[in-house]
Amino acid sequence: MADKKKLSLIAFSGEFDKLTAVFTLATGAAAVGYEVNIFFTFWGLDAIKQKRGRAFVGGNWLTKMFGFMMGGLHNTPTSRFNFWGIGPRIFRKLMRKNNVATLEELVEAATALGVNLYACEMAMHVLGLKQSDFIHEVKDTLGVASFLELSEGGRTMFI
Amino acid sequence: MATHTLDITKEHCPMTFVKTKLKLAQIADGDILEVLLTEGEPLSNVPRSATEQGYKVLSVTHVEGNIHKVTIQK
Repeated sequence: MADKKKLSLIAFSGEFDKLTAVFTLATGAAAVGYEVNIFFTFWGLDAIKQKRGRAFVGGNWLTKMFGFMMGGLHNTPTSRFNFWGIGPRIFRKLMRKNNVATLEELVEAATALGVNLYACEMAMHVLGLKQSDFIHEVKDTLGVASFLELSEGGRTMFI
Repeated sequence: MATHTLDITKEHCPMTFVKTKLKLAQIADGDILEVLLTEGEPLSNVPRSATEQGYKVLSVTHVEGNIHKVTIQK
C-alpha cells in the first residue's frame, strides 16, 4: 500500500497573513486526502491559544505581559500594512466581502478535517505556556526529534 | 439512500473542497451528494479529489452559465 501523502507545516509566524497561509495550505491539503501536521512554535503559538482575545496568558509577570502583547488569534497583526491593527480589520472585511474564508473559519475547518496540531515544547517553556492554555484539539507538545519523525516521508514547509 | 445537495458556487479555495469533504464525511455510505460548483479550480479538482479518495463520481453535468453539477456517491 502506498504511503499516505503528507504535509507538515512549521507555523513560526504569528501574523494574520502568514497564519492564513498556514491554515489555507493545511485545510486544502487535508481536504484532498493529505495527512497534515502543524507544528506551532514561538509567535505561531498565538494561533492555538484557547483565549483568542488579548489575555495575560503565561507563567510569570513577564511571560503574561508577552501573552497580552501577542494578542491572541483575533488580534494578530498583518506582516505589512498593519497600521496599528487597522490592516487586519480591513483584510477581514475584504475576505468576508469576497466570500473568502477568514482565519477563524480556516482554523475551525482544520480541526474539523482532523489536521494534527502540535505545540513546540521549548517555545512553550520560554513563553510560560502549558498545554491547557491551548485549544483541546492540540494533540501533543513536541520537540524537534519528534517533529522530524512525524514529518518523515512527506513535504515540510516553514512559514 | 438519500440525496444531499451542496452549493459551493460562491466559495473559494480552499473552502470549495473543504466543504465538500466535510459534507461527504457527514452523509451515510451509499448516499448521493450533488455539488453545485463553478468552472476552473473547483470543477477540475472536486471530481478528481473525490475519485482519489475513493468516492464514486457518477456524473458531471452543465447546469447554466459557468455552473456545473457533480454527483458523487459515498
